[in-house]
Amino acid sequence: MNKIFEIPLYPYTRSPDQDAESPVRRKVVIVGAGPVGLAAAIDLAQQGVEAIVLDDNDKVSFGSRAICFAKRTLEIADRLGGGQEMVDKGVVWNLGKVFFGDRKVYEFNLLPEEGHQRPAFINLQQYYFEDYLVKRARQIEAKGAPIELRGQNKVLDVTDKGDHTVLRIDTPEGEYTIEADWLIACDGAGSPIRSMMGLDFVGRVFEDNFLIADVVMDADFPTERWFWFDPPFNKGQSALLHKQPDGVWRIDLQLGWDIDKDEEKKPENVIPRLKAMLGEDVEFDLEWVSIYTFQCRRMEKFRHGRVIFAGDSAHQVSPFGARGANSGLQDTDNLVWKLKMVIDGTAPEALLDSYDIERIHGADENILNSSRSTDFITPKSETSRIFRDAVLDLSEKYDFARPLVNSGRLSMPCTYDGSPLNTPDALPGGPDRTRPGAPCPDAPLGNRFLLGDLGDRFTLLTINADAPDTLDEGGIAVTRLALSAADDATGALAARYLGDAKSAVYLIRPDQHVAARWASFDDTATRAAIRRATGQE
Amino acid sequence: MADLILTPNLPRPDDVYADLLAAHEGLSKEESDALNARLILILANHIGDRAVLQQALKAAKDAAPA
Repeated sequence: MNKIFEIPLYPYTRSPDQDAESPVRRKVVIVGAGPVGLAAAIDLAQQGVEAIVLDDNDKVSFGSRAICFAKRTLEIADRLGGGQEMVDKGVVWNLGKVFFGDRKVYEFNLLPEEGHQRPAFINLQQYYFEDYLVKRARQIEAKGAPIELRGQNKVLDVTDKGDHTVLRIDTPEGEYTIEADWLIACDGAGSPIRSMMGLDFVGRVFEDNFLIADVVMDADFPTERWFWFDPPFNKGQSALLHKQPDGVWRIDLQLGWDIDKDEEKKPENVIPRLKAMLGEDVEFDLEWVSIYTFQCRRMEKFRHGRVIFAGDSAHQVSPFGARGANSGLQDTDNLVWKLKMVIDGTAPEALLDSYDIERIHGADENILNSSRSTDFITPKSETSRIFRDAVLDLSEKYDFARPLVNSGRLSMPCTYDGSPLNTPDALPGGPDRTRPGAPCPDAPLGNRFLLGDLGDRFTLLTINADAPDTLDEGGIAVTRLALSAADDATGALAARYLGDAKSAVYLIRPDQHVAARWASFDDTATRAAIRRATGQE
Repeated sequence: MADLILTPNLPRPDDVYADLLAAHEGLSKEESDALNARLILILANHIGDRAVLQQALKAAKDAAPA
């Protein structure tokens, strides 16, 4: 057994809040120390906002769980200060193979676009992701950032007081109460906070079970994603094989609906299945086995006054496409700068309503994509199976059918089209991919990369254009990043940000999304765009 | 947007109909269903226009006996 599961990462220690005469008021309390809660806390605390993380456990999550981290997540982790470690440890993969029955029908290469600091995807066990974030939290805590991880602190109830919430918390040394100006619930799909508040969580349940196993083996399977439809070792179902660091392989086997979960999880039942898949001679150890059923659903609203839901507590998708943890990180990326501005008083509370609008847009996109993948992988009727099999048969012979094969549409960051924070596009000839609402694509700048220069604040990115070096609009400081197309000899910067335009000025949000763009600087237009992007217009 | 053609468009309709039947000759129901599905996907790709396909889906549904 991997010892990382056993070591308390944030063991319980007594907080002075437990001995206070009356409940202590905290700025932001985050429930749940998973990837989303930790990212939110680091993001807030390193910008000086007090963040207290409560978790009923004190260790990393058990088993690999989320294993596929997308480029956008790594870029967010870079902004938080933990991306490099993840990439160094993670397994980078580009090649995928699709099998149907006993035949390989085709293979694909993700062919990542050049000129990005981070790869399209890495495979990394969720426990490493959490471990690195906890280390990062400790690092900024040591430098004086207002962050605290409270292990074995279980929230018993939550009371909404309008302008704050009151939390009753259980610990190994008894109960105590604190107050929170803001509460972020990152407590997972089964969110106790959501239940305590009696909030909805509706959607579609997929009647299927998947056996998921982490297997340690010394086998020479290549670093590729292998997906089987109807394989001989799992007739009528599907299977996935994916490599993780440390010689750990993730195996997903579809089991169908009418099964006995406890029986199927027993090693004497799991091992023969895996032997049939991997070959009788392959030596392996089972590290973790779990059976899951999934659902695609979301809350009607993510923000409920002073309580804000992020990650799986707000929305749940099927695992196909790696849209769970990746979308959760986009939630906090979207939320934290807004919350900070509201707390600082530089933006009205209404700015937080755009979190709902933008991330519900993201959640719906993820639910749509992952539901479609699920419908392809597990056809729900005879006719849908006939079409599915027809696509797979055709894909072996004809290129045209390959884009129809859907074994998961891998997570891409959401473009916030139609967001009230966007200013209408005013860059004629500008590339579609950098329209207002889009996440900034990376680009090389000699020996560094563009995204490293963006984020945490509003930036005015100018390319072949003049503008003041700094700008203050109602207490919101905007700094200019002055570039010319010649700063990137590869031409990627121009292709991604100029298109057919000769020059460009971009207003970029603290979460590295485009708020507005023009061909040249205009003081009045820029100020209006800043107000708009901060919920003031 | 192109419109779906719902007026006679096949120069020798009997020949085309015979081709369809011939392709299914000797196939089981299951094999025929699979062939039809492959055929629909090939034709859909050839048309390459979602709006036309949506009109075709609607026309096909509308022609079902009441």
